[in-house]
Amino acid sequence: MAAQEPLLKIEDLWVSVEGKDILKGVNLTINPGEVHAIMGRNGSGKSTLSYTLMGHPRYSINRGSILFKGEEIGDLPPDERAKKGLALAFQYPVAIPGVSVSNFLRASVKAVRGKEIPVKEFRQELKAQMALLEVKDEFLSRYINDGFSGGEKKRLEILQMTLLKPALAVLDETDSGLDIDALKVVSSGINTLATKETAVLLITHYQRILNYVKPDFVHVFQSGQIVKTGGSELSEELEERGYDWVTQELTPSGVA
Amino acid sequence: MAAELRQPQETTDQFGDIRSIASDYKYGFKDKEDYVFKSGRGLTEEIVRSISSMKNEPEWMLKFRLRALDIFRKKPMPTWGNCKLLGDIDFDNIFYYIKPSEKGEKNWDEVPEGIKQTFDRLGIPEAERKFLAGVTAQYESEVVYHSIREDLEKQGVIFLDMDSGLREHEDIVREHFATVIPSADNKFSALNSAVWSGGSFIWVPSGVKVEIPLQAYFRINAENMGQFERTLIIAEPGSYVHYIEGCTAPVYSTDSLHSAVVELIAKKGAHIRYTTIQNWSKNVYNLVTKRAVAHEDAKVEWIDGNLGSKLTMKYPAIYLVGQRAHGEVLSVALSGSDQHQDAGAKIIHAAPNTTSTIVSKSISKDGGRASYRGLIKVYPEAKNSKSSVRCDALLLDEASRSDTYPTMEVDEKEVTIEHEATVSKVGEEQLFYLMSRGLTEAEAKAMIVNGFFEPFTKELPLEYAVELNRLIQLEMEGSVG
Repeated sequence: MAAQEPLLKIEDLWVSVEGKDILKGVNLTINPGEVHAIMGRNGSGKSTLSYTLMGHPRYSINRGSILFKGEEIGDLPPDERAKKGLALAFQYPVAIPGVSVSNFLRASVKAVRGKEIPVKEFRQELKAQMALLEVKDEFLSRYINDGFSGGEKKRLEILQMTLLKPALAVLDETDSGLDIDALKVVSSGINTLATKETAVLLITHYQRILNYVKPDFVHVFQSGQIVKTGGSELSEELEERGYDWVTQELTPSGVA
Repeated sequence: MAAELRQPQETTDQFGDIRSIASDYKYGFKDKEDYVFKSGRGLTEEIVRSISSMKNEPEWMLKFRLRALDIFRKKPMPTWGNCKLLGDIDFDNIFYYIKPSEKGEKNWDEVPEGIKQTFDRLGIPEAERKFLAGVTAQYESEVVYHSIREDLEKQGVIFLDMDSGLREHEDIVREHFATVIPSADNKFSALNSAVWSGGSFIWVPSGVKVEIPLQAYFRINAENMGQFERTLIIAEPGSYVHYIEGCTAPVYSTDSLHSAVVELIAKKGAHIRYTTIQNWSKNVYNLVTKRAVAHEDAKVEWIDGNLGSKLTMKYPAIYLVGQRAHGEVLSVALSGSDQHQDAGAKIIHAAPNTTSTIVSKSISKDGGRASYRGLIKVYPEAKNSKSSVRCDALLLDEASRSDTYPTMEVDEKEVTIEHEATVSKVGEEQLFYLMSRGLTEAEAKAMIVNGFFEPFTKELPLEYAVELNRLIQLEMEGSVG
């Protein structure tokens, strides 16, 4: 592992939105095929990290670097990052009325893979992934996220990840808003996704998804920084002792 | 209509190899002029008389034309719509009649070579072979090609250019012509009535259902041309017909004028669907009067797409004059730089239990302007009438403009009228979402716009839906960066 070039290397990353600093010196290294979890309270800046990685135009990088496969990607538009093998499963995916899921998936897979996929071949691949995520056929003719339930949206996000097979899949709060059955299905989708070829960065507020998806590393996110890193045991400790425990550990006075 | 003519789910290639096409208006080419007859510029009584005599028309039609000319001269320009652009029309600079060939042919090989090549480039003969039951192709003032499938002819369906219709079925024409849109309706209907030439005449016998569309294609070639086709469709009781029209013109620096009159008559229980894909070049004024009458239990649909032209003013109307008649207008407009699409719909409820739906969707970009102008009128005693109007506008940038001018005149209490209007912008979040899946900004915009137009495209035959999506894709390529 050590001789390998990191897949993602974030160094001293400072990011602001509309003039307000949100990320304040993030450092993170992910090697190919690793599963990382970032845990933190709401408002700690976790989603800002995912949006910044994907290149949302409203997030400005003020300092630091994001190296993906050894290349700085901080100035690239989102579509070029996607073509390099980065993908983001959104916490709140938007609806696009009038565009069918199947047309969208095909256009997206074609764009990312850089070549046309024969209809039949694509169908087969799609059906296999859909079966795994317990997604019904009628999904394909519906409009993107239009009138979807929370669970359906998350399944569509994971379905896209499994089709795009990115080198790094960033999953932003994929577990939020799911009941236990949906959580199990989505988790098994994530486990299928996480292979030697695909590293996963799982961003979450709750520990419960980590009962199904085992990360190699757990990071605690707080006030725009990673403040603690450990193995999967760290998430259990967090579950038991709460985020305040980390806060207290860092600031002996107990004031965050 | 068969399932294969629907919007494709899997087979449409939304991002085919169309980036190689440099210009964003691919129909802007022009042919060398080689005509049998071309009038001088400007409108005179002499021109009106010579049009009529060249066509060997009956006396009543000549009188009709001359009366209309008089009305045209007396009527003021409309004082609403885009008055500035209307005021720029130079009626003295227009050619009112051009006869491109000796006669309309039934075989493409007999159409003059240059004109045939133009229609080949526009894909008309190919479309005809694939999925049309009949075609008329009009070039300047006259129909140069015309065909109808034999089986329809055997069932008694008449599909002719309007001039042949008048010659061969004078009694039917005389009974219905200008009964829906009188010459005096407006200045441009008067102009059309004076100098009309070409267009389609369709008569569908009782109970006959024409399952495959009939199409007309209108091409302007000469600079400063005025095209004034006249279309009359009569659907006898219980019959059905779907008529599609398309139109294009070369790009010139000076203006041309297209001013059609289209009359539809749907008799008891008949169903007429009229689809338009208007894609004139940006130097064409498109000032068209379209109106339908729907009798008892009849249904009329205007499916109206406006992509091209400099100024379009067009408000397809439906008069619901029989009980339970139903009218629908589904229109989309795409307005780019130096374009104003002033489009809409009029529905008149003049009988009990009549129903109507208007869906209007417009997109403005690069400083373009799209207006919805509509009228719902309910006469007293038109009890239990229902109408629903929905207008959605999408703005692609700050420089573009959208307006809505809805009018409701309701003189009956027992009615249900719904009106909803939305204006939205292409969301940053939608773009980000699609781009994060590998689509470029232009591809993402095109996908959002195609989605916005989807309620319209899904009503088109497959080939037209694909073509429309491509046109939009081209437009989006042109407007990024």
